[in-house]
Amino acid sequence: MSQNDEPPFLEARGIVKRFGNLLANDVSYFAVGAGEVVALLGENGAGKSTLAKILYGFYSADAGEIRLSGHRASIKSPADARALGIGMVFQSFSLVPALSVFENVALFQNDLPAVVPRAAILKRLRSHAHRLRLTVDPFVPVGRLAIGDQQKVEILKQLMAGARVLILDEPTKVLAPQESQGLFSTIDELRREGLSIVLITHKLREALSCADRIVVMRQGRVAGVLSRDEPSEQKLLALMFAETVPTSAPHQPSKVDEGLCLLALRAVSTSGDSGEIPLRNLSMNIHAGEIVGIAGVSGNGQRELSDLILGLKHPQTGEKLLWNENASGWSTATIRQKGVADIPDDPTAHACIPGLTVRENLALGTGRRYYAGWRMDWQKLDADMRQSFARLKFAPPALDVRAAALSGGNLQRVILARELAHEPKLIVALYPTRGLDARSAATLRKLLREASDRGAGVLLVSEDLDELFELSDRLLVLHDGMIAGEFAPDNFRAEAVGALMVGAGDHADAA
Amino acid sequence: MNAALVLGVLASAIASGTSLLYATLGEIVGERAGIVNLGLEGIMLIGAASGFAATAMTGNPFLGVTAAALAGAAANLIFAYLVVGRQANQLATGLTLMFFGLGLSALIGRPFVGTLIAGLPKLRILGLGSMGDPLTAYDGLVYLVVPTAILIWWLLFRTTWGLGLRAVGESPVAAVAAGLRPGRLQYQALAIAGLLGGIAGAHLSLALTLTWEEGMTAGRGFIAIALVIFAKWNPLWAIAGALLFGAAESLQLQLQAAGADVSPFIMNMIPYLLTLLVLIVWGWSRQAAAPAALGRNFVGVE
Amino acid sequence: MLRDDALVWRLLSTRAAAFAYVAFLALSAFALLLVIAGKDPWQAYVDTLVYVFGNAYGFSELLVRMTPLLFTALAVALPARIGLINVGGEGQLYMGAWLATAGELALQEHSAFVLLPALTVLGFVGGGLWALLPAILRALRLVNETISTLLLNYVAPLIVSYFIFGPWRSPESSSYPQSPAFVDAARLPTLFYSRVHVGLIFALLCLALYAVIVSRTRFGLEMRAIGGNPPAAQRLGIPVSRYILTVMFIAGGAAGLAGMAEVAAIQGRLVSELSPGYGFIGFLVSWLAGTSATGIVAMSFLFAVLSSVGDMLQITQGLPYAVINILLAGILFIVLGRRPVASVAR
Repeated sequence: MSQNDEPPFLEARGIVKRFGNLLANDVSYFAVGAGEVVALLGENGAGKSTLAKILYGFYSADAGEIRLSGHRASIKSPADARALGIGMVFQSFSLVPALSVFENVALFQNDLPAVVPRAAILKRLRSHAHRLRLTVDPFVPVGRLAIGDQQKVEILKQLMAGARVLILDEPTKVLAPQESQGLFSTIDELRREGLSIVLITHKLREALSCADRIVVMRQGRVAGVLSRDEPSEQKLLALMFAETVPTSAPHQPSKVDEGLCLLALRAVSTSGDSGEIPLRNLSMNIHAGEIVGIAGVSGNGQRELSDLILGLKHPQTGEKLLWNENASGWSTATIRQKGVADIPDDPTAHACIPGLTVRENLALGTGRRYYAGWRMDWQKLDADMRQSFARLKFAPPALDVRAAALSGGNLQRVILARELAHEPKLIVALYPTRGLDARSAATLRKLLREASDRGAGVLLVSEDLDELFELSDRLLVLHDGMIAGEFAPDNFRAEAVGALMVGAGDHADAA
Repeated sequence: MNAALVLGVLASAIASGTSLLYATLGEIVGERAGIVNLGLEGIMLIGAASGFAATAMTGNPFLGVTAAALAGAAANLIFAYLVVGRQANQLATGLTLMFFGLGLSALIGRPFVGTLIAGLPKLRILGLGSMGDPLTAYDGLVYLVVPTAILIWWLLFRTTWGLGLRAVGESPVAAVAAGLRPGRLQYQALAIAGLLGGIAGAHLSLALTLTWEEGMTAGRGFIAIALVIFAKWNPLWAIAGALLFGAAESLQLQLQAAGADVSPFIMNMIPYLLTLLVLIVWGWSRQAAAPAALGRNFVGVE
Repeated sequence: MLRDDALVWRLLSTRAAAFAYVAFLALSAFALLLVIAGKDPWQAYVDTLVYVFGNAYGFSELLVRMTPLLFTALAVALPARIGLINVGGEGQLYMGAWLATAGELALQEHSAFVLLPALTVLGFVGGGLWALLPAILRALRLVNETISTLLLNYVAPLIVSYFIFGPWRSPESSSYPQSPAFVDAARLPTLFYSRVHVGLIFALLCLALYAVIVSRTRFGLEMRAIGGNPPAAQRLGIPVSRYILTVMFIAGGAAGLAGMAEVAAIQGRLVSELSPGYGFIGFLVSWLAGTSATGIVAMSFLFAVLSSVGDMLQITQGLPYAVINILLAGILFIVLGRRPVASVAR
């Protein structure tokens, strides 16, 4: 990138931001020039989003200054930022689904006259859309567009409001692989027109392929800046992580009982009317003592699969067998009663009733075990649960407090105590360590391993390839509602698995 | 089915549908901003009573309509303060408003029960028919109702204000991101709704019956709420809907006069059953036509 | 359990105090309004108090007016526990009355031992079925129950009117239509030479049952789970659809009992103006009471007192009864204007 004497378009110096005791940002210098793509790279919690939100006026920095084209700027709100030409596309779009593309764009314009100038806006909209290679009917409700197109509308909206700097926060997180390609061409096009782009990401590949400069952040600070001609994954990894990346625990050989098939799905398809990708002709088995890992980009049918096994959805075609019995039509209550445990992500939303007490939450989902006529046998429940906590080596919490008062980690422990209390035969774990601190995550992984050693079968859906490599006896890749491939432990390699996850590569079994 | 019958039904449908349409238009504006007002019945009653009282006292029905509109707006602003300013539960507040309207209108109207007034003068569409011809002699509010509907449509779908209002009713979060102030827009919407609701009531007492009676709206406020759904929150569809619902009321009178024996009660059920049917069809075809943030959990089966 | 009681007492007394304050504000504002209207509010309030508390008959009238509200409030409170909004109490009341009347006309020859239980069951079933349709639509995720119950509210009185003007028209009174009078055996027995009928006792029992079921049984636990987090409740295996149908049916049945009591005890026949808004007032009672059984009893009592004030205004001050709705609305407006009071799931 050529250095010229003009100041970069957007500069931030000495930005400091604290949330309570947490130092979120301490950035001495950050800049992006016209026609330049800067990647802001870092792991979760490195401070990238915070910095971006400060630039966009969402947060105000405790110290530091921002300059645009050399002039100091005071940015106290997103409206100020937009007025100065800074636009930001968040992961959750601020589009109104029921309104059309045209209306969404118009809504965002500053200084509209009383009557919306339809013709003028339409003309500008069409020309911008053409540049972005977005071909949609401007009068279609935005909610009906594919996510990739919605994102383009969001970008279009910012451009038409006069953005000269565009900050994209993890834009590929919600996109399918083909759509990501579309996004990168758009970024290229915009760069050629002189826009400045800040790409926030935690994916090395993206940063390497897209950016003119990569600014690596770690623990709130800038760890280093690499420009385009100094590429290297190792250098980036070294900047992102201070110590050497710890090797994950070696894979333990496990005792799998091939004879006892706990779960069998045969050519199962679902209807996919809840917005999730439907399953298509999917077949898989889980045997006693086996941990089957499911790898995949989130949104490829994982939730549908877990809902199907738990009985929340029924297969439209194909069969679902539990313990060799046709369980396609079984209710969730029956399935749980038979010994299937559910460990979902986000326990507050999916596994507990926040307004009820911990004791009541422990009672629910245990089926008929504690029914005593019309009442509940609280004593028996208390005793059993105390045992379960002891067995898991968790400190038992106060049972009379509301579940909402527990911290995330404590709540997860309560859920585990409940689900594992009666030696479940099949455990469905959906992103179970998402959002957990390192220690709780390690404990959970250990518990899953121990459960499978005792003969339970485990379905482990995870975004963390290291976790999957550590625990799985077999690893399946889920892509677009189908099993794209299967791997045995001696073939666990990130590139091969990753390729199938994004839909590239062949679908041969790597056995 | 002869021409006289059809014309007769049409004539009285137009007459009774006018009040319904004004009320519906007001409710559409409010619901497009995300607020459902179950107290519409109360607003209409306040309008009817105030309009009648003002006309009886001043002898001027135009002043009466103005008084009704202002009274309706004022009452709806109390509602607005509670649901927008204090974030109160919309259903409970709406029902309370209904009772408030029942009581206040009874108080305002009591001294005027039985009073005779000169109602809104009937005007003739230039050149069409004679004075006695039912289809051509209506009061001013009838002639103004369709232009009002078109105006409301234009306001909602062609102006910046309307765009912002609809954004608030669909997604307050996105509206704020676009720099709008949802609270202010909702107050404005409810003020307009109050004006129109008051006028709707005034049409009943100052044009249709020329009397005041406690509770004289007889559920029309709730028919209007059903009509909003039936019209898919679109002012232009509301015109057709009001005519249809108004016709149901008048059809049975005409049929009885013509000798056919159709129960008025069955006919009066039709608007409600029809709306329910429409909702079932929408639910079946998964159409979500209501403003997404309406009543915050009022509409939607999630 | 002891800890719960102390907490309950503290809650009740603070809420009672808050409420007394609200009532005072509203009564003062209303008094001002009456003064402007040229009336004497003080006289009306004093007359009411004397009539209602100094007079056995006056007090008994309070209980009479309270009874239907206990039922219709329950019809709102029960579904509220699983997160459903039932505004259809009016319609369910009418259909309960209708089915009970049908039963009376069919079983007239039988004794009270047959008639009274039969009418009770029919009243319950009538209201229950009327609530079942919206419940089915909700369970199938077709239509939100708030709208469907609201719409059906207006259909039910029309059905009743159809029958009163038609097949069930009493030959006696041609001035205004009604059904023939119920036979004596079909009338609910009254207590203490007043109009207070056994329906009151039944209503209180139902409320007690409701309180016990919700707080002490496993059904109540599962209901509160659904009300607290419906998707999680489903994941835990709770049969949500089954609860939707059952709970709405019972709720409608409660309102239906109010209707049955109106025709079998108060009116003695089916008339077209059965309910001066009992269903809607029941909604407001339940909302004010935070769906608690004791709250419902207290609020129903309050509304009954307001109703007596309304009568006094009519008799002594020459104001239409409807004016009392202003006081009613005033109290509610003040409560609504404060930060959220009652939480549903408890």
